[in-house]
Amino acid sequence: MADLRITFAGIESPNPFWLASAPPTNSGYQVQRAFEAGWGGAVWKTLGEPVLNVSSRYAAIHRGSQRVLGFNNIELISDRPLEDNLREIAETKKRFPRNPLIVSLMVQPKQEAWHEIVKRVEAVGVDGLELNFGCPHGMAERGMGSASGQQPDLVRQQTEWVKEVAQTPVIVKLTPNITDIRFTARAARQGGADAVSMINTINSLMGVDLDTWLPYPHVDGKGAHGGYCGPAVKPIALNMVAECARDRQIGLPISGMGGISTWQDAVEFLLMGAGSLQVCTAAMHHGFRVVEDMKDGLSRYLDQKGIASVSELVGKSVGTYSDWGDLNLNYKVVARINPDTCINCNKCYISCEDTSHQCIDRVPNPDTGRELLVVREDDCVGCNLCSIVCPVENTIQMVQVPTGKPAYSWNQLQAEVK
Amino acid sequence: MNLQDNFREVVPALKPKEAVDEANRCLFCYDAPCVKACPTGIDIPSFIKKITTDNLLGSALTILDANPMGASCARVCPTSELCEGACVLNGPAASQAIQIGLLQRHATDWAIQNTPPNTALFQPDSPNGKKVAVVGAGPAGLAAARELARKGCSVTVYEAKPRAGGLNTYGIVSFRLPHDVVAWEVEQIEALGVRFQFETRVGEDITAEQLLDAYDAVILAAGMGNVPPLGIPGEELSGVLDAVQFIEDTKANLYTHDFRGKKVTVIGAGNTAIDAATCSTRLGADNVKILYRRTSAEMTAYEFEYDFAKQDGVEFRWLVAPTQMAGDNGKVTGIQLQRMELGEPDERGRRRPQAVPDSEFTLECDFVIKAIGQTRHTGLIDAFELEHERGIPTVESGTYRTSRANVFAVGDFIFKAGKTDAMVVTAVQQGKCAAAAVFQQLIVGTTQS
Repeated sequence: MADLRITFAGIESPNPFWLASAPPTNSGYQVQRAFEAGWGGAVWKTLGEPVLNVSSRYAAIHRGSQRVLGFNNIELISDRPLEDNLREIAETKKRFPRNPLIVSLMVQPKQEAWHEIVKRVEAVGVDGLELNFGCPHGMAERGMGSASGQQPDLVRQQTEWVKEVAQTPVIVKLTPNITDIRFTARAARQGGADAVSMINTINSLMGVDLDTWLPYPHVDGKGAHGGYCGPAVKPIALNMVAECARDRQIGLPISGMGGISTWQDAVEFLLMGAGSLQVCTAAMHHGFRVVEDMKDGLSRYLDQKGIASVSELVGKSVGTYSDWGDLNLNYKVVARINPDTCINCNKCYISCEDTSHQCIDRVPNPDTGRELLVVREDDCVGCNLCSIVCPVENTIQMVQVPTGKPAYSWNQLQAEVK
Repeated sequence: MNLQDNFREVVPALKPKEAVDEANRCLFCYDAPCVKACPTGIDIPSFIKKITTDNLLGSALTILDANPMGASCARVCPTSELCEGACVLNGPAASQAIQIGLLQRHATDWAIQNTPPNTALFQPDSPNGKKVAVVGAGPAGLAAARELARKGCSVTVYEAKPRAGGLNTYGIVSFRLPHDVVAWEVEQIEALGVRFQFETRVGEDITAEQLLDAYDAVILAAGMGNVPPLGIPGEELSGVLDAVQFIEDTKANLYTHDFRGKKVTVIGAGNTAIDAATCSTRLGADNVKILYRRTSAEMTAYEFEYDFAKQDGVEFRWLVAPTQMAGDNGKVTGIQLQRMELGEPDERGRRRPQAVPDSEFTLECDFVIKAIGQTRHTGLIDAFELEHERGIPTVESGTYRTSRANVFAVGDFIFKAGKTDAMVVTAVQQGKCAAAAVFQQLIVGTTQS
């Protein structure tokens, strides 16, 4: 079996799967259950000045028969006394010394506030700190969370304050609610961060009740934007991880999160540069036991690929992620429809005809009485839409066709024009 | 044993979540083969999509717009031969067909349960002053009446029986099609303003000429009659029953004959024979045998009906034909049978049964139910002086116009023997087509000229 151990910013972990700082890591009881279930590490739910929470906190998006494609919350940081948290952290660390325990922190953007909490938390023996510059709801209204995380100067300054006293690795958790996440990641680097983690949740309004016309969720008739996460945010998170991974000005380990629900998701994040993985929604949907197949599937995948250690995967696809201007304008793929497995649902036909490039013909086939769906390859732009809507896996293949022209990008064209 | 319990609907409805999950499996095909396979052309992907968005009224209206008997058809259509048989998910590369019939039932049941009494779900157009008579209140006649009423015609339906629905009311076994479903569909048509003249036989209680004088057009949808005689000795004995009448009695909860512990033989192997046999088991018969002079390959019953009968414990005896009934004190006690063998194919391609000499034997039985087809309403054909071929009125393709001006004919009344039995859904479509032709002739044709 492949070696799933990782070392992330100096933090050793038996596997790359960490519970993200969130409701699942609210207490010692929960984190210990998670370690018993096989989670590699955990990021303790954010500590700071204790807060008051509201009743009615979560909402989700369901589509068809698939539940919880997206999830949001308006829960704040830990509402339990700091002393209770610290005691349980110490107990947990004692019971599970080999599972990294990282503690998420959020305080007012003041040097003394950061110094105090870092010292108190490190005193009980933790493996690392994660600075929560990401929560978009509630705390942001008080100048913390994403309110600090949206200002590169504040990210850098607060990271510096933490690094002035921290003995353990410092991970800066970034908000996606920003135009370009690389700017805050660079600020974290400048502030001396040992790693960054992303993404925190995305500003969201989950829905409106069709009968009461109230936002969903609501608290006594009023709602407020909450943090969006779950499978639906994975592409947004993966892009941000990849963009940061290929940015030479950042150059920090990345703990990736945002919609990771399966071992396949995990492999994608690792390939795009995540050195550790954080999970929340999948655990909230199914319980801590979901980690079993994440580890098992990842391990079998590595075995099948002949890769000895998961760390060998990290960043292997980053070099393939680029700017649009570097893409080869002379590369062409076209759709080919396999008539043997085509079931004649005509979804490719109507999607192409109505919304793409009108290049699929329905050709009568007197031999079988069934129409053949045939792509006019000269008119096909290789958009992939037909292969996306086709319900039978691999029936529509996007096939490269030679153009006889050398690779040529928009940036090259621009360079020649100038 | 409470016999009525035995006649409750056999197939359970989909549970609400089951329906939504099943509806979500539908691919929402474009130019979908299920629609093409539906004789009434229901927009199946559309009504299924509406189930996924909790738009059940919209779903039901999509069905009922195309098929006023949509709730009945959801139960009695041979879906594996029609929409579900055409579903693209049948193939080896896919999974399994969407349960379209059950989804259709889910949507129409919602409409049945949520429509206020006597409230039409469709609004008729303003009255156009045209009057149409429909003869026969079965699926074909009701469909024609519904379509014409929606278009603003004044429609009167003449029906020999005391209630509307035709075969749906009187002929399809209750455990397939409960009566309240049919009653609701009839109520919907009445709510559109269609009038019914029950217990009125055209040609007897009112003449063809009276109808032709009083109405701008007449649509004949009289269905078929009872089972014809076998023409063998002993047929008059008590205990020898007509399958059509027998099923009609069970529909009315009239369990005239005590079948408990009795031996029943059914002659014929169409869907009516299966119905008679499975009604017999539900009435408590000890042993039920279906006797057929051909084999399972030639029988006209649907495969799923055959399976259903076997599950009900019905026995099948192939290649036997009755030659006479045995009786005692005027009551049937047995049936003498002759073994058959298959010879050359007949004009319909089915191998013709031939008697095996000296092969007679006798089966003991307490009841014999005849299910060898139905008679034709030749009286009606004569009353309207229609051209016909062996009791089947000649009609124009697509319009169902007969040889007589302003007279149309649809449904089982014009059913020609085929591989399968007549279907409700086909009758409905013929009613719709004839209605469209009538409207074209009376309204569109006159305004265009």
